Amino acid sequence: MSGNNIGIAAAPAGQLVPLPLVDGSAPKWVGTKFLEWFGELGIFSWRVVRAGATPPFEFRELFKQLDEIGSQSLPLVGLAGAAIGVVLALESVQSMTRFGAKSLLPAALVYSVVHEIGPIITALVVSGRVGAGIGAELASMKVTEQIDAIEASAVNPYRLLAATRILACILMLPLLTLASDACGLLMGWVALATVEPLSFHQFITSGFNGSGFNDFLPPTFKTAIFGLIIGLVACFQGMRTRGGAAGVGRAATSSVVLSSLFVILADVVLVKFIIIFFP
Amino acid sequence: MATIDQIRIKLHVNETGLAPAVEVENVYKSFGNQRVLNGVSLIVSRGETLAILGRSGTGKSVLTRMIIGLQTPDSGAVRIHGKDITGLSIDQLSEIRKKMGFLFQHAALYDSLTVEQNVAFPLQHHRREMSASEQRDRVKQLLEEVGMVGHLDKMPSDISGGMQKRVGLARALALDPDVLLLDEPTAGLDPISSAEIDELILKLQSEHHMASIVVTHDLRSAKTIAGRLILLNQGRVAAEGTFQELQGNDDPFVREFLKNS
Repeated sequence: MSGNNIGIAAAPAGQLVPLPLVDGSAPKWVGTKFLEWFGELGIFSWRVVRAGATPPFEFRELFKQLDEIGSQSLPLVGLAGAAIGVVLALESVQSMTRFGAKSLLPAALVYSVVHEIGPIITALVVSGRVGAGIGAELASMKVTEQIDAIEASAVNPYRLLAATRILACILMLPLLTLASDACGLLMGWVALATVEPLSFHQFITSGFNGSGFNDFLPPTFKTAIFGLIIGLVACFQGMRTRGGAAGVGRAATSSVVLSSLFVILADVVLVKFIIIFFP
Repeated sequence: MATIDQIRIKLHVNETGLAPAVEVENVYKSFGNQRVLNGVSLIVSRGETLAILGRSGTGKSVLTRMIIGLQTPDSGAVRIHGKDITGLSIDQLSEIRKKMGFLFQHAALYDSLTVEQNVAFPLQHHRREMSASEQRDRVKQLLEEVGMVGHLDKMPSDISGGMQKRVGLARALALDPDVLLLDEPTAGLDPISSAEIDELILKLQSEHHMASIVVTHDLRSAKTIAGRLILLNQGRVAAEGTFQELQGNDDPFVREFLKNS
């Protein structure tokens, strides 16, 4: 996207009119830039899909990214899940005791963690860690001509850099969510057990009582969509960077901000979708 | 009616029986309102070395990036071994790029890989039939050619600018290219390192017999390594010929450029 220098001046009638750009090209409104961004994202996505679906496949890079995005994020995601489990348990004890629904505590905790809190917290933590990492790494490669060097070496950078990272995010988010859920439930039980005696077996039996696969699989697998959003936005922002060190910083920041924002927006749509199709 | 450039290309093909290694025909390129290339044409034969000279901002680097397909011209054609590369997809371009090597102005080494891994990169992607030990031997051979075999495990940030260019050159040669593009190979180097790089390019030229295009500000370097020179001014070819022919050119810009270089 070119032409960041949009100018607005007050016309005699008090109306706002766009000033011409420095290079003399037509001025662009924020709306136009917004649409351009989505248009470029669409073209980028098509290139990545086309490159990723055709050989040669970059398995070595994919496994490296699975490790980088999956294994390396595990401690952070586990810790975040555990902390949320404890907080939810302690908060729920107070409120549910007040409403006389203490017996529902395990079920409420399991439902909240697995249905919503686990997936969204995992996605936001990965968005912060992985989104910033991918955005900064690719942006740095872009401004130092390393991406051009990959292309000049007859290697498709959309296949090597973008498709592998996006696929790794898609595959790893559901697994990380399971880990986060497990940590959250475990620490939630520990927190509940400190308030009143409750065995882990009782907690699990009571928590999962009456639940089916439809209650747990769709919320877990929706995080694959979150992975797609995080990987796609971070790769796109990284590979379109301009402007040296400042550009790298902007790419890292915008990768995190935009991917977190789109994850939350996607969650709104997906929750409604799951309620309709997996009642 | 055929243009002068088309007639030159036809003459070249008739003389040699082969399409030239690189043909640039009437190429235009603008960035915003700024026209960088204004109808540039050139031909480089197999085994020939051409130097592109000119002031900063005259589009020398843009021209070389177009030749390897990293930028597309607004109009005109770029042909490699007779095949027009404008409008090709990345994967189609990759097939042509396997026969080309490119040394970037700042070497553009992969900063997360060692010297050895940098040179091995094209082999790992395009010589999959080679075993790991064969690839290692080839990398050592290439690094030996550029005098860097003692720095296999170093990171790009741990070596000097001149050494980085040597490694970049080894990487550019990894796939035995027919066409080698060198963007400012001696820029930012001290005179001794520049002379060493020039000698290295001459040595590689005599060993590999590639068509080479060297973009440079350095007239001494161009005179040493290139048989033919092109001088760009305001996006056009201001003069073309051997160094002696350029010296005899009456164009005021050419005389001014040669006097101050």
